[in-house]
Amino acid sequence: MTWDPGADVVEVQRGPRPGPTRGAYRAFGETLRGLKTTFARVVEGPHTLQYPEEKVPVYPRFRGRHKLHRFEDSGLEKCVGCSLCAAACPADCIRVVAAENTPDHRVSAGERYAAVYEINMSRCIFCGYCEVACPFDAITMGHDFELSDYNRSDLIFTKEMLLAEPLERTPLRAEGE
Amino acid sequence: MSAVLAAPLAVVGYAEPVWIQLLKALVIFAVGFQLIPVVLLLERKLLGRFQGRYGPNRVGPYGLLQPIADIAKLLHKEQFRPTTSVGFLFALAPVISVFAAVATLAIIPFGNTVDIGGTEVGLYGIDVPIGILYAFAFGAVAFYGLMLGGWASGSKYSFLGAMRAAAQLISYEVAQGMAIVGVVISAGTLSMTQIVEAQQGMWYVVPQIVGFVVFMVASFAETNRAPFDLAEADAELVGGYNTEYGGGRFASFFLAEYLNVILVSGIAVTLFLGGWQLPFGIDPPHWVWPFVVIAKMFLFILLFIWVRATLPRLRYDQLMSLGWKVLLPVATLNALVTAIVVVLE
Repeated sequence: MTWDPGADVVEVQRGPRPGPTRGAYRAFGETLRGLKTTFARVVEGPHTLQYPEEKVPVYPRFRGRHKLHRFEDSGLEKCVGCSLCAAACPADCIRVVAAENTPDHRVSAGERYAAVYEINMSRCIFCGYCEVACPFDAITMGHDFELSDYNRSDLIFTKEMLLAEPLERTPLRAEGE
Repeated sequence: MSAVLAAPLAVVGYAEPVWIQLLKALVIFAVGFQLIPVVLLLERKLLGRFQGRYGPNRVGPYGLLQPIADIAKLLHKEQFRPTTSVGFLFALAPVISVFAAVATLAIIPFGNTVDIGGTEVGLYGIDVPIGILYAFAFGAVAFYGLMLGGWASGSKYSFLGAMRAAAQLISYEVAQGMAIVGVVISAGTLSMTQIVEAQQGMWYVVPQIVGFVVFMVASFAETNRAPFDLAEADAELVGGYNTEYGGGRFASFFLAEYLNVILVSGIAVTLFLGGWQLPFGIDPPHWVWPFVVIAKMFLFILLFIWVRATLPRLRYDQLMSLGWKVLLPVATLNALVTAIVVVLE
């Protein structure tokens, strides 16, 4: 069977050719309309946020850098080293090594505590499953998102770093904003 | 020797002693080159505003040092050329471009003759009676910069870009030339200063509005500015005639391009906006003249930037048909009508 090119040819649909008046309008009228449009942008002013100085405020449920928490009254760590967060983590970036609390060395409120608690921020996907999995609300997601560093090893956050009161570098969005 | 210098090229309207002419040349050159970074920054800042952003604001206060940073970066880059290029011409091309642009700067009048410390000094490089033809002659020489640059690069993309630029420049130079015929007929002279003086009471932008529009459209094409910036098509040609250029030589092309924008604005001011004159019979002291001219030039530069922010690039066939089928007939008709009116008066 021979191929009939005619069947595949799509006729280009063009509008009627403009006359001299209509053509002149297209050339100048539409150009002026375009100039007006761009000038309106100047009047409007820039929409840019000067990022390092100005930041987009985040929503309260924004999932940023993790925080580990202590009990406010006793100062004991909430984390009991159960490793449920590590089990829930899809990126496998949490490492927990638990140890027994002793009466003279009591770190957490439970039987055991996390001797090692590390989150590898270069692997974390900020899904928030660790927060959901935690039975004691010991780990929550903060609002900080400026986590870049020069070394991969610096991105492994230790328990001390996660327990420390983080620098709140990110503005929180106000109610109704 | 001095007789030759006192009457260069042709009979001159007014010629000063040689040392004043040299001093004038230096001042005009320096002022002309100081305008380039201003225009560069203004363009980038304004383009930003037109697009809802700030434009460069990191280098120096308000980003004022951005052009210096750009040029310094280009100048300390390595000079290189492709093995297929023709070395001598490759190096010569940007020089021709800058030379032609700077030479044209000489005839832009920033004012009439002024008494400075007892000496009459004309506020222009030189006032030749062929003024506007001189500008067009050097405009034509500037093509060689582009053409040689594209050809001597020994690269197909550069060559295609140069061919395209040449075709565009030649088509639009015709329309541009015809557009100013009306002004020349009305003024009855080619000298830039006398054209300005002929505009007392009525700037030529009013009676020659058609010529003005055609001249401006053609000027956009002549300076390779949007929407006629086909000579530099990143999408199809990698770059354009300057694809193979880098460092100082690229900076030279770049400077020449922006100087051309300033020049075309200057010529438009002289021919259509009454040069150093102010409207409504305001007669400022003579030292204000250059500032009036530069202020008017910046009006045109703003227009150039505004249009660049607005219009998309034309297709190549649209470019050619606009030049030959619309602008040229309109400009010719305008010249014809002006001639008839002048004769009937």
